[in-house]
Amino acid sequence: MSLRDKGAIVGLGITPQGKVYDHNAVGFAIAAVQLALADAGLSRDDLDGLLLNPGISWNDGGLGSFQLQQAMGLRDLRLSCTMNAGGATACAMIQHAVQAIDAGLCTTVACVFSDAPLKPPRPKTDGKGKGEGSAAAYAFSRGLDAAYGMFGINARYATVAQRHMHLYGTTSEQLGTIAVAERAWANKNPMAQFHETPLTLDDYHRSRWIAEPFHLFDCCLVSNGGLAVIVTSAERARDLRKAPVYIRGMGQGHPGGDPLETLTSGAAIAKETAFAMADVTLGDIDVVELYDCYTFTVLVCLEDYGFCAKGEGGPFVADGKIAPGGTLPVNTGGGQLSSFYMWGMTPVSEAVIQLRGEGAARQVAGATTALVSGNGGILSTHSTLVLGSAR
Amino acid sequence: MTEITKPIPAVTPEMEPFFAGAARGELWIQRCADCGTYRFPARELCATCLSAGATWERACGRGVVYAFTIMHQVYHPAFAAEVPYAVVIIQLAEGPKLTSNLVDVPASEVCAGMPVEVVFERYSETVVLPKFRRATNGASAAVAAAQRPG
Repeated sequence: MSLRDKGAIVGLGITPQGKVYDHNAVGFAIAAVQLALADAGLSRDDLDGLLLNPGISWNDGGLGSFQLQQAMGLRDLRLSCTMNAGGATACAMIQHAVQAIDAGLCTTVACVFSDAPLKPPRPKTDGKGKGEGSAAAYAFSRGLDAAYGMFGINARYATVAQRHMHLYGTTSEQLGTIAVAERAWANKNPMAQFHETPLTLDDYHRSRWIAEPFHLFDCCLVSNGGLAVIVTSAERARDLRKAPVYIRGMGQGHPGGDPLETLTSGAAIAKETAFAMADVTLGDIDVVELYDCYTFTVLVCLEDYGFCAKGEGGPFVADGKIAPGGTLPVNTGGGQLSSFYMWGMTPVSEAVIQLRGEGAARQVAGATTALVSGNGGILSTHSTLVLGSAR
Repeated sequence: MTEITKPIPAVTPEMEPFFAGAARGELWIQRCADCGTYRFPARELCATCLSAGATWERACGRGVVYAFTIMHQVYHPAFAAEVPYAVVIIQLAEGPKLTSNLVDVPASEVCAGMPVEVVFERYSETVVLPKFRRATNGASAAVAAAQRPG
């Protein structure tokens, strides 16, 4: 039995994002769930399922969903799990929620991400001021990597991007086009951390190198905050406060192997399952919300979803077609590069906003079908949702 | 003033032959005893045939730069004087890839496909690690021929 249109997203909760310090990770999770419940017109007593993807600042995150249950006094849940497939987790949580609901295990599931890796600003006694906004939390390394100075995910991902450039001629200019396009979307999104700050291609090229070929603006933000969605059955969804966003199709793809050799995400595999379930083709997609830990990830996933051929992602984006006013709206809230970084919940939330028609200045007119992706590790894990405003 | 040392990897039991070899100025990698696939770092099973049987062999020490990144930010004080520096992924002639650095090659001259050969650098009294330098001309042709396609 297909899961097409069996579930719907009925509540969306987004806390303030970015350099906000009024909660720890658990506190942001609670705030996000409360916002999502209020958005749906539900109370915590309506929840009987809880799925959590804990960010890197959670203590003892392995039992995170239980921590969160206790912290918000949830009783008698029928589904609880802490999940981690990296950036693919958000879409995967929603998939497992629909599966459990359809199987009769539970009725109403909160899917939650939160994190608080950023520390409040300190007095700049050392003249460096590394506290505020530091991405150092992600610069972990150990063993041989550390001995050779290969620190953090930025560095390892950069080697894969470099390989793509070497094989296919992808350019820094083309990666920059993605950063500029997402920034232009963020400039239309009041919740975006970079809402007030425009970005030109010159700004991009002048931004400091992190790990070549990645400039600063090739890399996603690091954000404090929480984000939750409430998933329930399509039947229950009809009676709730907001127009349902139906989960039309879902899939996952985890290719294995060495990303340096494949230069390919799991998107092609996940798309096959998700598009067949939703009975859609690329031509039916109105808005595309791709997991964007890096500009490069967007480029690769555009290839792997078949918007262009493998290796042609650079020329494909170079004409600005993914920017506001372009023919293929991608990451319409500014994405994780320019809006906020809630792992895969950022693209999920923007798809919900677009399909509800709540995008205001950035609303894509007539958007009824959205493609959402999550991508974890270094092109390691992938999940896909096809969401729709109508069944 | 005490010099800040780079992070020194722990000599784990499964990687002991690698470290022992490096201390002698030799590059040793693991090889499946059944299907013959070379692998690095050490693993319990062969990911190709799932055999648990493994041997260690001395690699020829030649390879090419498969990919690289130039690190511009300082995440550990011991690298402060080196930025920008290159971290390279070397594909050995035997097939496996390993992370390393190049010696005597400015970061601006690193390029994919560059033939290289192993050298060794002492990190501590007990730990010596392989690094790579531009291959001498004689070695390049042999390596290019030995590289797998793609």
